[in-house]
Amino acid sequence: MGYYSALRVLREGLTGNRGWKPLWREPDPKAAYDVIVIGGGGHGLSTAYYLAGTFGLTRVAVLEKGWLGSGNIGRNTTIIRSNYLLPGNEPFYELSMKLWEGLEQELNYNAMVSQRGIINLYHSDTQRDAYARRGNAIRLAGADAILLDQEGVRAQYPQLDFDNARFPIKGGLWQPRAGTARHDAVAWGYARGADARGVDIIQNCEVTGFLFEDGVCRGVDTRRGSIRADKVAVCVAGSSSRVMAQAGIRLPLESHVLQAFVSEGLKPLIPGVITFGMGHFYISQSDKGGLVFGGDIDGYNTYAQRGNLPTIEDVCEGGMALMPMIGRARLLRMWGGVMDMTMDGSPIIDKTPVPGLYFNGGWCYGGFKATPASGFCFAHLLARDEPHPVAAAYRLDRFRTGALIDEKGAGAQPNLH
Amino acid sequence: MSQSGRIGGGLVDYGRTLDFRFNGATLQGHPGDTLASALLANGQRLVARSFKYHRPRGIFSAGSEEPNALVQLRQGAYQEPNTRATVVELFAGLEAQSQNFRGSLRHDLLAVNDWLAPFLSAGFYYKTFMWPAAFWEKLYEPVIRAAAGLGRLSGQEDPDRYDKGYLHCEVLVIGAGPAGLMAALTAARAGVRVILADEDFRMGGRLNAETYRIDDRPGVQWAEQVLAELAAMAHVRLLPRTTVYGAFDHGIYGALERRTDHLLQCDGQPRQVLWRIYSRQAILCAGATERPMVFANNDRPGVMLAGSVRAYANRFGVAAGRKVAVLTNNDNGWQTALDLAASGVALAAVIDTRADAEVPAFQAAPVFRGRQVVDTRGRHGLKSILLSDGQHIAADCLAVSGGWNPNVHLTCHQRGRPQWRESIAAFVPGAELPPGMSVAGAAQGSLSLMACLLDGRQAAHAALLALGHKPLPLPLPDAVDEAAGISPCWQVPGRKRAWLDLQNDVTVKDVQLAQREGFHAVEHLKRYTTLGMATDQGKTANVNALAVMAACTGQSIPETGTTIFRPPYTPVPIAALAGHARGRNFRPVRQTPGHQWAQEQGAVFVEAGLWLRAQWFPQAGETRWRESVDREVKQVRAGVGVCDVSTLGKIDIQGRDALEFLNRVYANGFKTLAVGRVRYGLMLREDGFAYDDGTTARLGEQHFLMTTTTANAALVFRNLEFARQCLWPALDVHLVSVTEQWAQYAVAGPRARALLQQLVDEDVDIGGAAFPFMACTELTVCDGVPARLFRISFSGELAYELAVPARYGDALIRVLMQAGQALGVVAYGTEALGVMRIEKGHAAGNELNGQTTALNLGLGAMVARKAESSDFIGNVLSRRPAMNQPDALRLMGFRPLKRDESLSAGAHFLALGATPDLSHDQGWMTSVAFSPMLGHAIGLGFIQRGHERVGEVVRAFDPVRDRDIEVEIVSPHFFDPKGERLHV
Amino acid sequence: MVIDHPLLGLRDAAEFVYLGDAALLERPDATAADAETRFYEYQYLRDNPAGVHQELWFHEQGDHSWLVVTRNTLTHEILCVELARDVVLARRAGA
Repeated sequence: MGYYSALRVLREGLTGNRGWKPLWREPDPKAAYDVIVIGGGGHGLSTAYYLAGTFGLTRVAVLEKGWLGSGNIGRNTTIIRSNYLLPGNEPFYELSMKLWEGLEQELNYNAMVSQRGIINLYHSDTQRDAYARRGNAIRLAGADAILLDQEGVRAQYPQLDFDNARFPIKGGLWQPRAGTARHDAVAWGYARGADARGVDIIQNCEVTGFLFEDGVCRGVDTRRGSIRADKVAVCVAGSSSRVMAQAGIRLPLESHVLQAFVSEGLKPLIPGVITFGMGHFYISQSDKGGLVFGGDIDGYNTYAQRGNLPTIEDVCEGGMALMPMIGRARLLRMWGGVMDMTMDGSPIIDKTPVPGLYFNGGWCYGGFKATPASGFCFAHLLARDEPHPVAAAYRLDRFRTGALIDEKGAGAQPNLH
Repeated sequence: MSQSGRIGGGLVDYGRTLDFRFNGATLQGHPGDTLASALLANGQRLVARSFKYHRPRGIFSAGSEEPNALVQLRQGAYQEPNTRATVVELFAGLEAQSQNFRGSLRHDLLAVNDWLAPFLSAGFYYKTFMWPAAFWEKLYEPVIRAAAGLGRLSGQEDPDRYDKGYLHCEVLVIGAGPAGLMAALTAARAGVRVILADEDFRMGGRLNAETYRIDDRPGVQWAEQVLAELAAMAHVRLLPRTTVYGAFDHGIYGALERRTDHLLQCDGQPRQVLWRIYSRQAILCAGATERPMVFANNDRPGVMLAGSVRAYANRFGVAAGRKVAVLTNNDNGWQTALDLAASGVALAAVIDTRADAEVPAFQAAPVFRGRQVVDTRGRHGLKSILLSDGQHIAADCLAVSGGWNPNVHLTCHQRGRPQWRESIAAFVPGAELPPGMSVAGAAQGSLSLMACLLDGRQAAHAALLALGHKPLPLPLPDAVDEAAGISPCWQVPGRKRAWLDLQNDVTVKDVQLAQREGFHAVEHLKRYTTLGMATDQGKTANVNALAVMAACTGQSIPETGTTIFRPPYTPVPIAALAGHARGRNFRPVRQTPGHQWAQEQGAVFVEAGLWLRAQWFPQAGETRWRESVDREVKQVRAGVGVCDVSTLGKIDIQGRDALEFLNRVYANGFKTLAVGRVRYGLMLREDGFAYDDGTTARLGEQHFLMTTTTANAALVFRNLEFARQCLWPALDVHLVSVTEQWAQYAVAGPRARALLQQLVDEDVDIGGAAFPFMACTELTVCDGVPARLFRISFSGELAYELAVPARYGDALIRVLMQAGQALGVVAYGTEALGVMRIEKGHAAGNELNGQTTALNLGLGAMVARKAESSDFIGNVLSRRPAMNQPDALRLMGFRPLKRDESLSAGAHFLALGATPDLSHDQGWMTSVAFSPMLGHAIGLGFIQRGHERVGEVVRAFDPVRDRDIEVEIVSPHFFDPKGERLHV
Repeated sequence: MVIDHPLLGLRDAAEFVYLGDAALLERPDATAADAETRFYEYQYLRDNPAGVHQELWFHEQGDHSWLVVTRNTLTHEILCVELARDVVLARRAGA
């Protein structure tokens, strides 16, 4: 595959860029693997990468229905952060942040991890206190959080509507190490790294069923034939219910669409990530200059990767309320991704009641930032058959026991998380 | 500069001249011009710079597909970046600037990127800029960001107004070209409501740009006549300057009407109107977009789409060049040669890449058949072209026709995938269209005028039949059925760069590189090279790029794939999508009936959801909020105070089974609630967590009034309706939300009774014995005003809440304050209310945050007692083991060990000496206040096993505020712990 | 989206609040021996089909009816709209 470097870019440039090789092979599936990962999205690819790298399993395949990176890793608002409230979440996301921080050097691939900071705005004393609680929890977990007053926010974002707002901005919770990453490049970087470590990434290979022997999962049926495996790892957020139904497992989640939006390219004007506290709206600006923003899910069960106008207008209302300077920027493109919305808003990384079958999903709309840690912890579970300590709370049985991880306190109502 | 390119004719009003400014120079055009046609008329060829290599860019097209001619329109706060000059209707005083260059447009310093192009191939940035890691944010990225982007926003608030509206119709026709006009006329004559929308300021579509005749007169005249007939029908609405940008579920279309973009000033009108169009049938007649051809240096200013060159000549009376060469691979390209020749424009050559095609006899210029253009020259604008036979031909404009792509975009907005039609070498709409949509004319691949007219009529017939209407016979006008033969020439081989995406600078080499590196899936190609991601969304680039990729992989184009088109069809301003909902109008404001009075008192208001509530009432001499709040608390506790509590949710509950119903929705028992009594109630969600509390008063045998928290009023009502309609429909119970129907005031303090006694009408005894704590009654006050009185208390004082119909709310607060004057009555706001509830240890929103249980709140025993006898919402799941751990959080009181220290909500509790990390986290402070009664700070909070730890000292760790103090765990009942003041 | 309300006719979906799977109509018996399991399944487990889905919508900006809407989650096509109360009463009458 060849090592990437500035020198190599120069050398190839001088010789017509003819020496670049494919980032990954396109192998035919083998008859059997140690682990089959279903789903060649961000989480599936990072799982395979860490399985082959950190945990030393070499007979690993990733089976992808379409093209690799075609799921939600290819359609999100690229935010990375570790500013969670609850002890079941925060250490996990902080592990993810640490992995992000060294990712590009590790993968030898520039995923444009950019720690430009995130500010969650607050508009009332109650919100401030809730953010203080959260900020302190983040600090207790060893991560970074700074509580800003209005002047602190104004220093970074002077163009926000401080003076004429329906819900005046009182301040914000700032995580400087948060930021964005180039989402597609994350998938490609992990794929290239996994491939180099011997993982077979098999695109256009839809899984059509599981192979069971005596109640144990022994592999999968695919459009390209049956493939056996000691362990089958499901990483298909957005399709989790459909895939797991083939194993007779009902999940505590619903599928919803989250729309995201990008504007035409503009000269730099929004330095980091900022979220509005009185309507659901978050925005950043890509390196290419597009404003990348989003808001709430549409709120009804769907598998269609598209949404409807009320949500689109609601998101833009939030944007205009927060920063009326973006009014004359034009919305260029919108798209929808199908989310696994769980009953408490937190993900699942666990064994299933079926031996040999493992599940990773339920990322709601926070899956992108979790990509490194999700893969790492899932690989840990697959390789060692015990959960990684920071992902130990992401159990499937927590809904039965009541050990819920409900950041918003919204209860068993997936469209509110 | 004079209008050297003007040749006369077309649909331009030469009688008036419009002055406008471009890059500081004053130029002239005429009504009917676009900015682009006026620039061409003035000989302005260099207009912009490309995104990556900063190559010179001119005008490429005559429509919304334009990738090149992006300008910054208007100035100051009205500045509008990335505006396509080809769709800007010219007006007097227009100001436009080129964008995306450093230095001058002609000598752009960033054009150095073009020299560095070998090192800036597709995706080069993924392979470098990684060392050292910290340099990405500090050096590389800032440099990249500063160079990237296109136009610039002003940074100021958008000063324009935007409106929204809703329209309904039986038939929506999208596009007013020949197919759309025919469809609209056919539908309209049948009498159904028709909306005809077109993005252009002049309806007619290609008829405006062509010389075709219909019924033996110019096509434009036919269009005018049809439009006049449609405009005269009351059931038809014509929407020019309106882009239907998206097809959404159930026949709903999004459309943007540009109301005043063609005016210097909007004069009080909205700039744009965002329509939601509810249609039963929609006919897409969006036409087709021409595509260029792919050869070396095909991106120079002067290389244009042939149909656009024709449009400039025929519609705008402008020659796009002094010497024009035409390059085509299809019959339609010849029309440009013919029309230009007829207009007297000098032609350099006509090159048809097809060796064997039948072509018209043509004398106006040399004709080269079976040859290709292999390169071009001219740094800031085309000077000559090089043919495959080695000839150089001088030309300053090359009109290129590579065939026409039907505008299938809206057919893809709901999963539809276009399909390849080899006969026209283009994608046409697939079989799966949005329900209710049909496609007619060039949009579905009918590329002759006659076919468009026929299609339009046919589609309208089908739509009418689907609606149950009988179409009237409408004769088809006579028009040409011109030839549209094509044999594609996808790519001219060569070593130099040949452009595919003109704005993002994606060349054939980039596609080949992507293929070499494994990015041959079409979505990978797009993402890796940024092809089709520019402001034009690849309208002219995508199919050529697919063809290049197909050539790389040896597959056919349909095997290679297509990309999905997403809304919007053309970009929509964010402000238009937001409409009026911005600034103070972002969300509605709810005001209580007493709002006006509070405002008169100079109250400071606070947002509580959509409500505004009085937070405190500053008095003369008070400079800090604490002074006001402390005074209010003390005056209430010493005398009497009045607080507006109208925002609390109120639900009227009636029916034979109402009591049983209440007993099932509350987590504590209600079966024994007697008439004339009030009871506190805690509500759980079905998952067993607490989510709201309030009181319910039994006003009569079958009549109850429930209050909820302000925040959850709508949610509780929704949940109660769910329980009533979906869980227990057999119960006889009815619910009405009466939050807004009643104004309600808390009257609290030792003199509360004395105050109220002045108001209640004589026959009611509200004395301690007759009307004890938790009593309620309906009564009249102030000589016959119907009212409800509840003896309930949030403050811990002798207190009542008095409710009157909302229309008396303003009068009542005035009467209360007047009557209370002698008693020293004080108005108090939500802050004082909050202080007093913390002094009493009552839970509120910070404690009832949806994450806590009855056990956490100290109400576990109450709930458990009830669970023994009857079921209720949340009963079963509240018993789950993880929610009932011995070390569960308990709601406790806290006070600073050093009494002069303040407390902060959000601080976490740590045992003394414990390392501050997550494993030692024992809970957090939820609410704090300064207690004027106790003279020090007090707080409520959740802490593990708190009930067993009274008296223990712990740390309140608050690093985000740089605070870390010691606090003592105490009972949450700080003030009057025995509750004696309540029962006076 | 547009919902054809059985009493009020076509209404924009924005007038409604969405709850989810219509299985929530079938609240289990709290006195059953396995009540905890049944409530866990009732509250948390979903079929979540890609296709026809029966779901609950509340006409919050309207007449406060709870509706059972049968809708295809792949196409968003609405096949049937009923008053939830009628659905429950009919089921119980049939049971």
